[in-house]
Amino acid sequence: MRLLWRRTRIQNRIFWRTPVAAFFTLVFPILMMVLFTAIFGNDPFDTVYGRVSSSQFYTPGLAVFAAASSTYTNIGINLASRRELGILKRVRGTPLPPWIYLGGVVLSAVWIAALGVAAMVVLGVAAYGVNVEAAKVPAMVVTFVVGSASFAALGLALSSVARSVNMAVPIANATLLPLAFISNIFVPFGTDTPAWLDLLGNIFPLKHFGLAFGEAMNPFSDAPAFEWHRLGVLLIWLAAGAAVAAWKFSWAPPVIAGRSSRRRRRTQPAPA
Amino acid sequence: MGPAATVSELVKDYGAVRAVDGVSFEVERGEVFALLGPNGAGKSTIVEILEGHRTRTAGTVRVLDTDPSSAGASFRDRIGIVLQSSGIDPELTAREAIDYYGAAYSRRVPTDELIELVELDEKADARISTLSGGQQRRIDMALGLVGDPDMVFLDEPTTGFDPAARRRGWELVERLASQQRAVLLTTHYLDEAEHLADRVAVMSQGRIVAEGTPAELRARAGSALIRFVVPDRAEPVSDLLAPVSGDIVGRGRHVEITTDTPTADLAQVTGWAAERGFELEGLTVATPSLEDVYLSLVADDGGDTATGEGDGQP
Repeated sequence: MRLLWRRTRIQNRIFWRTPVAAFFTLVFPILMMVLFTAIFGNDPFDTVYGRVSSSQFYTPGLAVFAAASSTYTNIGINLASRRELGILKRVRGTPLPPWIYLGGVVLSAVWIAALGVAAMVVLGVAAYGVNVEAAKVPAMVVTFVVGSASFAALGLALSSVARSVNMAVPIANATLLPLAFISNIFVPFGTDTPAWLDLLGNIFPLKHFGLAFGEAMNPFSDAPAFEWHRLGVLLIWLAAGAAVAAWKFSWAPPVIAGRSSRRRRRTQPAPA
Repeated sequence: MGPAATVSELVKDYGAVRAVDGVSFEVERGEVFALLGPNGAGKSTIVEILEGHRTRTAGTVRVLDTDPSSAGASFRDRIGIVLQSSGIDPELTAREAIDYYGAAYSRRVPTDELIELVELDEKADARISTLSGGQQRRIDMALGLVGDPDMVFLDEPTTGFDPAARRRGWELVERLASQQRAVLLTTHYLDEAEHLADRVAVMSQGRIVAEGTPAELRARAGSALIRFVVPDRAEPVSDLLAPVSGDIVGRGRHVEITTDTPTADLAQVTGWAAERGFELEGLTVATPSLEDVYLSLVADDGGDTATGEGDGQP
């Protein structure tokens, strides 16, 4: 446990020393919040939560977006780059148990996600008068934990599928950003939304994460405001992500074409 | 206590290619054992199998009385690995990296001691991303030693070092062996093997083609090496070389004769030239170096990565 705690703190330190990651994870969602409310105003309009202010709509969505990019995007890119640099292979040659290394990566990402979510919620409450009720806070916390765990598992899956950083970055962005548009994060969905877009959003976990978190902040929902069916979808994605990672995750650096034939040979995998 | 590492009839196939083809050797405690050979000879594959990074196709391997392919954390607690190329988290400082990677070992060399050992004092608190390749390699070395290992694997440890840094790296390796640790070293620097290794195995195309102390290997090459250049205007030299008893290697007009009877062979060569009134340019008689032995042993390998590697045995 001491080792796991230590690994988590190292990963935190690495995160804070990577300004790009820190910016996109923590500052970017806040920037979006400020921009959206400035552009659209903060007047009430019809949303999935009922007639609420635009900040009440955007706060949970962008908080969840921060949590998803802190876990999914950061874990995926971080591990892919560390594999490419041979750091994972180095770790594998030490007595540090692999699960502690990965556990530290995940816990650190969830910790950063918690900071990002807290920053969004505090900003929403303090600057825009967004609704948070004590009786629904347990639902917010549970939703955050399940959602972050789910996106962390998907981050592990991403780092297992992407064989290099150059693949991990576009895959992360090309999956999370379009999903955010169809998941009630950037754009409020109304009754006139095409059914197929609605369905598409329902397949993936981001919409469920956002709506479960949003219901826990919704002034019209009844406490304790747990959205169990959405949490269930998130758990299915958690299992799927974990399964892909367990199947595909590798500690050895990838085979990169164009290196000397020796390198290619040395890293060439034997056929199964 | 038996040897630190025992390798017997080790075979490794990558698909249809046989990278390691029936290799056997032992590494004693307190001994530096060097695997020497051109790129692609199979050195790194063997080291990675011994480290537990890679599985083997056939043969037996024991390292510190353990089979590395099924070994766990307690095995990795007792070995130290300096890989050929593996990164260190660039965001950390040398001191942090040693602290963090060291945390998992049961026997732990103090960070300050390691920093002093690899002479990184003035750079210990700089981000690793700002350090030179040679400095990063020294952190590699420190990370390999942080667990006070019984057996150390050094895969081309001084590649990229300047000559002074190499000398200091060698002193470090010598110190390891004097502390009764076993060291398995791969290198393609002959002077490194000659300087550091108690025993050397020369590898070519996945096999050990010669093994022994550097002195024994030199002796294998015969007692003398005669070199000269045949003049342009000379007729074909086959009649000159026919009575020579040693091994002859010709490259264009450059001729090398490796021989145990240098006096007789030299007489034959000089007699032939004197009869025709030639001067043999660059005529020398020398004791063969390890490099001469090495080059003759791996000559079939082409010394070339691509051909040496690609066309493995069936």
